[in-house]
Formats: sequence, C-alpha cells, structure tokens
Amino acid sequence: MENPKTIQIETKALNVAIHNNQVLKNIDIQIPAKQLTAIIGPSGCGKTTLLKSFNRLLEIQDGIKIEGEIVVDGINIMSSGLNVPDIRKKMGLISQKPYPLPMSIFENVAYGLRIHHDKNQKELAEAVQNCLQEVGLWSEVKDRLHDPASRLSVGQQQRLCLARAIAVQPEVILCDEPTSALDPIAAQQIEKLLLKLKKDFTVILVTHTLRQAKRVADHVIFLYFGKVVEQGTAAEFFNNPKNPETKAYLAGEIS
Amino acid sequence: MSPSTLNDLFKNKVVLGGIVSLLLSILSLFVLNNLVFFVVFLVIFIILLLFNFIKITRKLYDTLGSRLMLFVTASIIFLFFLLLIILIQGSLRILSEESLPSLLFSSTWKPFSGEFGLFAVIIDTLIVTAISMLIAVPISLLSAIYIAEYAPKKFKNIVRPFIDVLAGVPSVVFGLCALLVFVPIVRDDIAPFFGSNISSGFSLFTAALILAIMVFPIIISLCLESFNSIPIALKEASLSVGATKWETVKKVIFRASGPGILAAIFLGFGRAFGETIAVSMVIGNQELIPSSLFGPGQTLASLIASNYTEVSSIPILASALIFVALLLFIVVLIFNLLGYLVLRRASKRWKY
Amino acid sequence: MLASVFIVMGSLILIVGVIVFNGAPSLSLQILTQTSEGGFYLGAGGGFLNAIVGSLLLALPATGLAFIIGIAIALYLQKDFLNPSIANFIRICLDILWGVPSVVYGVFCLTIMIAIGMTGGSVLFGIIALTLLEIPIITRSIDESIKMVPAGLKETAYSLGSTKVETAMKVVRRQAMPGIIAGVLLGFGRGIGDAASILLTVGDSNYFPTSLSDQTAALPTMILNLVSMPDQVVQNKAYAVAFVLLMIVLLISIITRYLTKKSSKHIIK
Repeated sequence: MENPKTIQIETKALNVAIHNNQVLKNIDIQIPAKQLTAIIGPSGCGKTTLLKSFNRLLEIQDGIKIEGEIVVDGINIMSSGLNVPDIRKKMGLISQKPYPLPMSIFENVAYGLRIHHDKNQKELAEAVQNCLQEVGLWSEVKDRLHDPASRLSVGQQQRLCLARAIAVQPEVILCDEPTSALDPIAAQQIEKLLLKLKKDFTVILVTHTLRQAKRVADHVIFLYFGKVVEQGTAAEFFNNPKNPETKAYLAGEIS
Repeated sequence: MSPSTLNDLFKNKVVLGGIVSLLLSILSLFVLNNLVFFVVFLVIFIILLLFNFIKITRKLYDTLGSRLMLFVTASIIFLFFLLLIILIQGSLRILSEESLPSLLFSSTWKPFSGEFGLFAVIIDTLIVTAISMLIAVPISLLSAIYIAEYAPKKFKNIVRPFIDVLAGVPSVVFGLCALLVFVPIVRDDIAPFFGSNISSGFSLFTAALILAIMVFPIIISLCLESFNSIPIALKEASLSVGATKWETVKKVIFRASGPGILAAIFLGFGRAFGETIAVSMVIGNQELIPSSLFGPGQTLASLIASNYTEVSSIPILASALIFVALLLFIVVLIFNLLGYLVLRRASKRWKY
Repeated sequence: MLASVFIVMGSLILIVGVIVFNGAPSLSLQILTQTSEGGFYLGAGGGFLNAIVGSLLLALPATGLAFIIGIAIALYLQKDFLNPSIANFIRICLDILWGVPSVVYGVFCLTIMIAIGMTGGSVLFGIIALTLLEIPIITRSIDESIKMVPAGLKETAYSLGSTKVETAMKVVRRQAMPGIIAGVLLGFGRGIGDAASILLTVGDSNYFPTSLSDQTAALPTMILNLVSMPDQVVQNKAYAVAFVLLMIVLLISIITRYLTKKSSKHIIK
C-alpha cells in the first residue's frame, strides 16, 4: 500500500472561462491518491467543469479558455505536445446519466481494451469477465453478453460504465454525480462500489448531496461560485469547518 | 465478433485486400486483357504491401483519418465552385454572341436560326411555378395541420409512411400519370369550363397541376417534422390558459414552427421550379409567351430536356443550354440563401 | 381542412392507382427477363431487363461513391474536427447543391463530355451525374443524424482514451446508424428514379453495358422513350416500366424501415 498522503492530482492557479464567463477562479487543490475525494457545492458552482478539466474533456466544448496547471503524477497535463488520449486513458469518467456505447454489453467493456491493448479473444473475454465481476454485474448479464447494452436498466448501465472505465486500467475514476439519475437501491450499489474501488483507484466524486459526501468521502473539497472555499479531510471538514460559508452550507443555510 | 484487436483486424484486412487485389490484377491482365485495370490493382497491391511493413500507430491512424476526411470535405467545396465555374465558362460563348438583355428579354427561341431569346420561357416558368405553389402551399399546410393535430392516431400511422413513400416517387412516374390522366381532363373538361376550347391538354396549367401534386408530400412531410418538434409543454401552456385548439394552432404552432414551414415551402418551390421531366412531358414544349393558361409553353428546365439532342448539330445551342442551367443554379442559390437568412432571423426570435 | 387532406390523399392515390392498374397488366415475365430488341420501341417483342440492369449499374456505384464521400464529410462536420461556423458554411453549400435541379448536374456532365469530345453518352458520366446528385442528399441526411448524437456519448468515448477518428468511426457512426441507412437509401431512391440527369448523359442501348464508356438504357429514360412513340401498345409498356420503378421505390422504403428498426437496437437514448 502506498502512502495515503501521496498527491495524485494537483491544480495550480486553475482558471476556466466558458464564453468569457469565469467559471473557475484560481483553483488550487490537491487530491490524494487511493482515496475518495468528494467535490461538493451547490449546482452551477463549477464542480463538473473542474472534474472535466482533469481529463481535458473541457476543450472539446466551444468557447473554453483554460489557464493554470493541472499536475497529474508530476506532469502538467496542460502542457502542449502531450498525447491527449493517453491522458484521458488514465482517468475513467462516470457521468451523471449513464452512457453505454451503442454496442453489446461485451463490446462495451472490450472497447477500451481493443483500442489500447493487443489482446486475443481469450484474454479479452477474461478481462471483460473480471471487470464485470468487479462491479457485480457478471451474474446478471453473463447469459446475455451480446445483447445491446441499451437494454440494461439504468442502474445496470451505470455499473457497466464503471466496468468499462476500469477495464482500461486508469489511475483515477472521475464520477460526475453518478447516482443522481438512479433509484435509491441502484445508487447504494454504486456508492458501495466506489468505496471498494478506492483501494485500487483514486476516486473523485462530484456530488451535490451532502449526505452522500458524508457517507463516503475521505477528503472533501467545497466549491462555491467557482472558488475553493475549503478543502481537507472529511472528518475535519464535517466536524470542524473553518470557513463561515462552509458552516452555513453544512447547516443548510445556503445552497 | 472477430477475435482480433484493432491492429490485428487492420492487418488482416490489409492482407486480405492485398491478396484480392493481386488476384484481380492477374485476372485483368490475362482474362480481361485490360492493362489499365492491371496497373490499378497492382498499385493497390503495392500500397497494401507497404502498409504491412509500416506499423500503423493509433496516432498516425488518427492523423491520416482526419486528413482524409478534410480532403474529401475540401473537395466538395471545390466541387461547388467548380460547378459554378464550368457553367459560367460554358455560357461565355453564348454571352459573347448575344448580349445578356437580349438573351433574357427577347422572346424568340429559334436555335436553328441562331435566336436564343429566353423571355417567353422565363415567363412560362414563373407562371407554372407560381400556380403550382398557389395550389400546393395552402392545401399541404392544412393537410399537415390536420394530420398532426386533429387526425386520429390510426389515420396518422397510415398516412405518414404513405406520404414519405410518395415523396420518393420518381418524377417521371408523376409525368406519366399526368400524361394519361390530367392531359385529357384538362383538354376535355377544365379548359372548356374556363372557355378555352382549343386546348390540346398539353398546357401550362397541366404542368402546374402535376407539380403541385409532386410538391404535396415534400411540404407535408417537412411540416409534420417541424410540428412534431414543438415541445408538448408549449401546446399545454396555450391550452391551459383557455385557448381553443384552433387558436393554439394559429398562435402557437404556426409561430413556433414558422421557420420549418418556410423551409418546407422553399424546398417545395425549388422542386417545382427545377422539375424537368414531368413538366416536359405535359407542357407542350413550345417557347411562346402564353396567351392562355391552357396553351402550351416551356419552362427553363424542360427547355434543356427538349433541346439537348440537337447540341451536337448546333454547337452554340450547347452554350445556350448551359446558360439556362446556370440560370437555374443561380435562382436556386439565391432562394436558398434567402431562405437561410429568413430562417436565421426567425430562429433567433423564436427559439425553443 | 379535411377537404385538403382528401385532395392530397386522393391525388396521390390516383397516381399510384393509375400506374398500378395500367402497369401491372402489361407486365409479364417475358418483358422482365429479356433485353430490348430493335423493335421494342416499335411495338414488337423484347423486354426491358437491360434498363433494369442499366439503372442498377448507374445507381449502385453512384450510391456507393456518394456514401463514402458523404459519411466522410458528415463525420468531419462535427465540431470535434471542424470549426462550427465553417461547418455551417459547408452545410449551406450542401443545401444549395441539394436544391439544384438534377438537370443542372446533367448539363454539367454534358459540358464536360462535349469538352472532351465524347458524344452520345456513357455509363461513366451517368454515374458521375448521379453521384453529384446524391452527395448532398446523403451527406446532409447523415449529418442530421450525427447532430443528434448526445454530447455525453462522445465524452464517454473520449474519456476512455479514444482518438477523434476512433470516436467518430466506432461510436458516432454506430449511434447514427439508422440515420446513415435512411440517408443512403434515400439517396439511392433519388438516384435510381432521376431521369433528367441520366437523360443527358447515358444515351440509350438495347444491350447490357460492358464497359464504362458504353451507352446504356435506364428505367426512367426508357419511360420517356416509350411514351414518345405513337403506338398505344408501346405506350402501355411505359406503364409497365413505371410500375417496376414504383415497386423499386416501395421496396426501398420497406427495406429502409426494416433496416433502421434493426439497426436501432443498439442506439442509446
């Protein structure tokens, strides 16, 4: 086991503007490796933007201006000349609404393996099975691996997305409110999975429900109107908040 | 699914393609005795052979793929201008012999004696297009509204596919029907009714009639599409403040789908204006300034169809026909740009 | 309102009815399976198999070419590759090309044929004319269905480390599949039924074309040739040809429905 305090992602003076609208202002954060970091804050405060800047997904939108550094494993991923797909490969993304790829369940998980690794059919099948077992989907789908992924329930689709993300062996899993489209039972499954996955991956969870952050987070970053108000370990954040805005937010006075 | 990864798959396809092209080149040399095909397939074989030795990395694949798509896209823009340039180039000859005003405003079209006045044809084209649109637009709009808003679901489910199929029926089929049905009807019933007893049935009116029918499915299916894209909440909002159904249709649906309706009408206009075959089958093909709607005429497009066979005997006729095609192109261009501007203004104002 | 529906439906049913009732009786196995003979236009024997084959030989390669070109452009028009304002400019150009009457494409090819000293017509220029006619139709149809691909789906593909081309070819293409199929078949339908562009470029022939420089018969032009003959028996053959053309259009529509339904089972909503 690595030192839990190892820093996986660090941003330095990160500024993001979308159509000249400053969304993130001077973000300086550190995200510890192999822990579950929750990014919380009210809707529209830039949580998703921050998350998507980690794997350079922001730049496929129009009118985006990014300044500052994002250091992952000691490399500034914003510097030019890097192969962007390689950066993204390190970071799996789980979005709000599950987006299975328009292919079969098997092909969904195999997609990343096919583009990144040379594997023969047998290795591929094994890897797919492992990933599906990891997210607890194997027993549910093993007889219909070649059915379209779109036929799964939403909860199953979200777990499939998780399996697909871990199949490419990322270092970080970025989750953008992964439970907000799900029913309570499916949401609980995902939460449990995230807790399990943080042993092997750095998990970053964007959420706007405080209770979820309280249940699962090791480390919390509180964003308010594009600024980092407070960051620290979960225990300290929830029990002993320093900033008055944090206190107000925790008390439910601002949202 | 195939067992290979992307690279394997690509290589396999390369190997397969190589073998096939080698076989084809041998085949074309010995069986077809065709040297051109032999060389083409041999070149393909050599390229594929080279591919086998160069490892295609994902990055290279990405770059090559993007470049190829860029190339194709750029060449389509090139084609657009090439079309214009070739048509202009081809019309230069007629323009050097006849002035533009005499081409457009003289009404004697006698290619054999070197007279190329298009005025009569232009007038006929305007009349035919205008009448067909006058018939088609109101009828199609009302039908579209009925189908979208009033018709029972069962009726809708039968009518929509039917309309879609008919939008794809070739114009020559419409022309044939017009020839069989409308020409006699116009000759025996409609023309006498309007007091014109000498009509042969091959007339401007017949052409306009068949054009209107051809345009029905186009306008209706596009209108239905734009009605369907109106959010239900919008209709509910109108109905919930106590508007009647017809008021809702008038005030909400027409406005919200205004740009779509306009686009449909423009497209219908383009189709009617440029239709060649169906018109040339029933219009009578005479370049005259019409004295009556039930007399023969000629539109720009049908002029090309009925004169092209003579281009080898009268070289300047070719240039004149190219000029006519250029006119068609330019009118379509202007109407499209106009439509685009209207749509842009409208969609800025009514955004849902 | 109801009256206008009746007018529309009535006239359209009339068109179909006329072709079916006049065409079906004149149709026989004999004229479907024989090529036209010298006397075909004069009322004597022979069939129009050569026109069916000719039409397919024109429309299939044209659709294939237009499809390859169209899908490349449509994928490239995504904002992943191309600046949206340039893409919109190209869309306008394509819309104009879509609206250009098909006879203009015929004249375009005829101009080139005259310039290179070719007379009479050839399969090659027929294919070129139809390809030009079909490119805007197929491209814009595919483009519209690609526009519907949710942004989140593309983000998903990128976040798995796909390159742009991989995302376009493996994910976007699959999601847009029903639209692609519909677009291609729409283009094919327009291509096989279009008479004006073919009329000026392919000439006529009583035989199967054997090379690209041969003249050929095609269904739409054959109808025109047949109805221009004075003999009633010959004119009736035109309805048989039109009936076949109508059946082809119907078949295309049925195939489109079947294939789009089949290919949409993987689609993510």
